[in-house]
Amino acid sequence: MKRASDKLVERLLLAIALTTILCLLVIAVFIFKEGLPFIFKIGLGDFLFSSDWRPDSGHYGIFPMIVSSLWVTLGGLLVGAPLGMSGAIFLSEFGPPAMMRFVKPAIELLAGIPSVVFGFIGVMVLAPFIRAVAGGPGLSVLAASIVLGVMILPTIMSISIDALASVPQSYREGALALGATKWQAVRMVVLKAASSGLLAGMILGMGRAIGETMAVIMVAGNAVKMPTSSLDSARTLTANIALEMGYATGMHRQALFATGIVLFIVIMILNGMAGSILKKRGHLR
Amino acid sequence: MILLFPKGRAGRLHAPTWVLLASVISMIGSACAGRAGAVTLAGSTAFQPFAEKLAEEYNSAHPEVNVTVQGGGSALGISAALNGAAQIGMADLVELPADAASLKATIVARDGIAVVVNPVNKVSSLSMVQLKEIYAGNIRDWKDVGGLSGPITVVSRESGSGTRSSFETILGKFDLTRDAIIQDSNGTIRETVANDVRSIGYLSYGLVNQKIKAITVDGVACTTELLLSGKYRLVRPIYFLTLGASTPAVKGFIDYVLGPAGQASIVADGLLPAT
Repeated sequence: MKRASDKLVERLLLAIALTTILCLLVIAVFIFKEGLPFIFKIGLGDFLFSSDWRPDSGHYGIFPMIVSSLWVTLGGLLVGAPLGMSGAIFLSEFGPPAMMRFVKPAIELLAGIPSVVFGFIGVMVLAPFIRAVAGGPGLSVLAASIVLGVMILPTIMSISIDALASVPQSYREGALALGATKWQAVRMVVLKAASSGLLAGMILGMGRAIGETMAVIMVAGNAVKMPTSSLDSARTLTANIALEMGYATGMHRQALFATGIVLFIVIMILNGMAGSILKKRGHLR
Repeated sequence: MILLFPKGRAGRLHAPTWVLLASVISMIGSACAGRAGAVTLAGSTAFQPFAEKLAEEYNSAHPEVNVTVQGGGSALGISAALNGAAQIGMADLVELPADAASLKATIVARDGIAVVVNPVNKVSSLSMVQLKEIYAGNIRDWKDVGGLSGPITVVSRESGSGTRSSFETILGKFDLTRDAIIQDSNGTIRETVANDVRSIGYLSYGLVNQKIKAITVDGVACTTELLLSGKYRLVRPIYFLTLGASTPAVKGFIDYVLGPAGQASIVADGLLPAT
């Protein structure tokens, strides 16, 4: 028999939980309400697949921005995932425990650094370096990829560490008892057992990379053309919204909401893919 | 560091919210303290620092009036004035758009647009035609305009910026090259040009410093004297836009800005006087 106060608290918590869902719902409805009429007016094909973005003269094609967003995110993942995972494998399987005690909080601290700081270092150090070594304007897809790679490093690394730690010790001992070397045990048993967690870390990192705005605006150069090399300047979907939102009115403003819809759908697709991968492997029920 | 502009950025990205919040807060404030009035300004990021300083000076002389300043860009200045979110919209456009026709526009200052390159760059003079060709993407190498061989990195502002629209209008309408790097404030333009020896950019005359080099346009240097005489052509007016009859508080503030003290303060910070 529950007491009245218990019931009250339960109701209260339920209401709070529902508020979160309501927030998400309201945001989604608002974005779609503002952006969809625009897409219908301009035509989905023209909006998604035209590379001509000149809001002043009524051209709203966001294809270069979709490509840039994916390119920069993939680049960030290429930088961040190998580093983060190998770091995690070393720390949890090979490194001394004392090192873990020191390094893990440091990584978590890295996650707390605001993105402007990453962007600032990118502008002051990375972009001039790329310009001097590889040419081009420096503010480029490559610069953005590297900055994002470092930014998602803590996410990937700490989730990977947790995934490896959750592999039962008996697996390792079993492999070693069968005559496997330490590296064989890690490669053949531990990594396999932790694979869904490692993948989840990568996907969360990717989510952070595609949604990152501030640092990307600062280092990507934001040119509205289709990038043809990683040394070209590029504008991502998020940068497009943030750069022009303050100024936009009328159709232009709706176009930015429509950009938001595209970003929303891209992220939903990524999350859906991640979910189905995890489900197929039987780790998520 | 100038590059970061935390205040300007917050004001710009969430400008409508901030303006709303500021007007609500100032309304509550005036109700509680029994102040004579509240004036909210919003708009042009180029004029924002000057407006903040003017507001501060005015507030200290007239504690009964509360003047708050928000950024947001010229387009937001116009829409905020139209929908009443701000009593005064600030805009720095050469040509006001059609939807601003119902607003009363008062020129409170004028601002030169300096064309800047890296101090290392040999080029120190360009004609208006060359500038236009560079920004349209038809001249792409510094050697074509008398510099060392190397691709030109064109740096511009985001579409909707008053500085950009004035710059393009004065040069004669053209489509900006798609290769242009886009930066979203005067400060970041300055940092980009200071960091890249092959870049060219443009920014508010008052914000030129020794890290970048202002070049002559059509043989006329961007100096206070030549700007005042009207010989330097890249100049845009800064408007205060008001809707309908102004309240005494709004009128008082505009009179102060146009008066000798306000104009002196504007000139001291590197802008040109209204007349």
